[in-house]
Amino acid sequence: MPEYQTHPYDVLIIGAGGAGLRAAVEAAASGVKVGVVCKSLLGKAHTVMAEGGVAAALGNVDDRDNWKVHFSDTMRGGQYLNNWRMAELHAQEAPARVRELEAWGALFDRTTDGKILQRNFGGHRYPRLAHVGDRTGLEMIRTLQDHGIHSGMDVHMECTVLSLVMDSGRVAGAFGYDREKGHFILWPAKAVVLATGGIGRAFKVTSNSWEYTGDGHSLAYRAGAELLDMEFVQFHPTGMVWPMSVRGILVTEGVRGEGGVLRNSEGKRFMFDDIPDLYKAQTADSEEEGWRYTQGDKNARRPPELLTRDHVARCINREVKAGRGSPHGGVFLDIAWIKQHIPKAADHIKRKLPSMYHQFKQLADIDITAVPMEVGPTTHYMMGGVRVDGDTQMSTVPGLFAAGEVAAGLHGANRLGGNSLSDLLVFGKRAGEFAAKFANENPAGAIDDAQIQDTAKTALEPFDRGPAGENPYQIQYELQDNMQELVGIVRLESEMQLALEVVAGLKKRAVRAGIAGHRQYNNGWHTAMDLENLLTISEAITRAALMRKESRGAQFRDDYPEKSADWAKHNIIVRKGDTGEMVVEKRPTTPVRDDLQQIIGEFK
Amino acid sequence: MSNQAMFRIWRGDSSGGALQDYKTPVDEGMVVLDAIHRIQAEQAPDLAVRWNCKAGKCGSCSAEINGMPRLMCMTRLNQLNLDMPVIVEPMHAFPLIRDLVTDVSWNFEVKKTIKPFKPRSPDAADGTWRMQQEDVDRVQEFRKCIECFLCQDVCHVLREHHKHDEFIGPRYFVYAAALEMHPLDVEDRVKDLKDKHNLGYCNITTCCRQVCPESITITENAIIPLKERVVDQFFDPLKRFFRIL
Repeated sequence: MPEYQTHPYDVLIIGAGGAGLRAAVEAAASGVKVGVVCKSLLGKAHTVMAEGGVAAALGNVDDRDNWKVHFSDTMRGGQYLNNWRMAELHAQEAPARVRELEAWGALFDRTTDGKILQRNFGGHRYPRLAHVGDRTGLEMIRTLQDHGIHSGMDVHMECTVLSLVMDSGRVAGAFGYDREKGHFILWPAKAVVLATGGIGRAFKVTSNSWEYTGDGHSLAYRAGAELLDMEFVQFHPTGMVWPMSVRGILVTEGVRGEGGVLRNSEGKRFMFDDIPDLYKAQTADSEEEGWRYTQGDKNARRPPELLTRDHVARCINREVKAGRGSPHGGVFLDIAWIKQHIPKAADHIKRKLPSMYHQFKQLADIDITAVPMEVGPTTHYMMGGVRVDGDTQMSTVPGLFAAGEVAAGLHGANRLGGNSLSDLLVFGKRAGEFAAKFANENPAGAIDDAQIQDTAKTALEPFDRGPAGENPYQIQYELQDNMQELVGIVRLESEMQLALEVVAGLKKRAVRAGIAGHRQYNNGWHTAMDLENLLTISEAITRAALMRKESRGAQFRDDYPEKSADWAKHNIIVRKGDTGEMVVEKRPTTPVRDDLQQIIGEFK
Repeated sequence: MSNQAMFRIWRGDSSGGALQDYKTPVDEGMVVLDAIHRIQAEQAPDLAVRWNCKAGKCGSCSAEINGMPRLMCMTRLNQLNLDMPVIVEPMHAFPLIRDLVTDVSWNFEVKKTIKPFKPRSPDAADGTWRMQQEDVDRVQEFRKCIECFLCQDVCHVLREHHKHDEFIGPRYFVYAAALEMHPLDVEDRVKDLKDKHNLGYCNITTCCRQVCPESITITENAIIPLKERVVDQFFDPLKRFFRIL
């Protein structure tokens, strides 16, 4: 019988990125006992990678901005499949959440009158992103971390959750292991908040690190929760494409916000060729108007480079496929050209985009103040996830909450840049608040030792098979190739059917994974244990993408290239069926509340 | 550059270990962390390495490469002499867990001993503050820190003299400086820096500044100004005179 330690909490938070830490701060403030479990060291979660900024209608740079405009921008970006209640709360509460960070020590860049500076970003009508150069995520996670460590939460660093412990349909805690020793740990909890981030590691070219294996999505699914919109995976238009070893690393949209332009091998700004009807009225007619917009001219409209991410990614994909790409299979992103307009442009670029300058200089030997970058799409963000109640963030499983990327609803079919950092603040806070409330109003669930022993036994099996078993890294690589090739930016029925067969084959191999060595900090073992989650969410993405027979937002079907009026009113739910099979359902969206519908009309 | 290179990697745990040789193919543009991953996937699945973002932003993959404290993800192979084996070892200033992974938890405990941010009352009726960019610039440099702890690794007070119980190290002087120089902060940490954190142990050899992957001017911009504050508050003869009066 495998042994385990026990650490009970009122509220257990899984994940210590922005959403997890904000939830922890909120729950701890209400007086309950809070534990945070994170896969890495504290402060290393992917929030640190967020570059461009946090979207909040502060109106510091353009006083025409307010929550209604932000709300309607978010809905338009999401192609109206969003959970409108979440979009409403998000737009209303983001300004307060950003100001609160300043009270906790965050230092955003300033306007000339000393307020928080805001920058332009794709899909946002006005300059809306509070930022710190291009390292906004680092500033946010450090602020939350440094504030959080004095608020009384316990942090279990480098621990991974393997399963949620259930008590007759409600959550009773979580069970997992610590990386350092490989020991098992039980965290009994009255309420659990999933804040595990995304699924990027299911794809080969991704901006995500090893951690993002869809753990929260898969844990929730296995616990019986409903997943929503799993077909919508965001491919960020600009990742690095060269050298090979850095392929996928993010190049912030802030480059385009500061005036960077996309060109093909013929030197043409191809984004002017294809502007969707939904955005025609808001997009610049000329290069000159686009430039004025990036420099703060309130009468100018945004350049087409700042259209939504799904659209820009597809346009880049099209240029490359048409043979008009850059030498390493991307297109050119040029910020150096602004020297035509700005004196001392090199210094200006280094000040506005310091991490990008550093990243290209160090990893690719390229000086972005002098020459264009080569960029191409990279798997970046999961719009789909755990279906939650917009107000409380509770999933369909009592006591199980989700916030940030692992939760679904706010972004609909496509997320606007900057809306993720604000998402995790607004809904991290709400999840923490309502999880604490749930913990105060409900007794602890019963812990079923059989479930725990079952999980522990399965976890240790790779050691029994030893090095003779399947290599877990190879299974992961094959899955990544499969998803990249067959369920990527452009999707097709026949390819996705094939992808399902590949996933089924890999599932059989994953249960035969073997590993050498012992339990202490064994990366191979960790990789073997992550496989189940990766395979589960890969299947969910593929099945949902197959069902949605239309192209909308992040989902582009070559066999159904148009939007469908019917699918405009439907979400897709993925859940575990009674006999363990994956059930995929088409479900009508809830009609938008009248006053909100009016706002959408007003800011069309 | 597509050929073989030799990596001499530390394998072992707190009870002991040795450097082991691994030969692996290398391609153009690869960094040390890529080579480690390739070795892990093909030859040594249980090789322990800590990493996350692979873009120099999270500070997880700190190690000593050919004796120099560096981030593995930002060390390109074409900067190294591949005719010789590339030696990759864990950081020396912290207890070893396994292979390239060290126990850096001491750093997280140290941070808690520094008094947290305490802002002045808001400047505006809506609860917000006003700050000028030039007042923020200086602190923003310190807040670039990615907590890779390479500065702690190279600091001789920690590395050679093991003063972990008395001395907080360059990372936390940068942290304290960021708080002390924050335009809104009203807390006083100078006495703690002198008595509790032993800022005086630092003899400004600038080793920390030289290894900082974020190029934070640790010694000149953080540590020396803090030392000046200590002198100002506790050793200024004129102030001392007035205190006696």
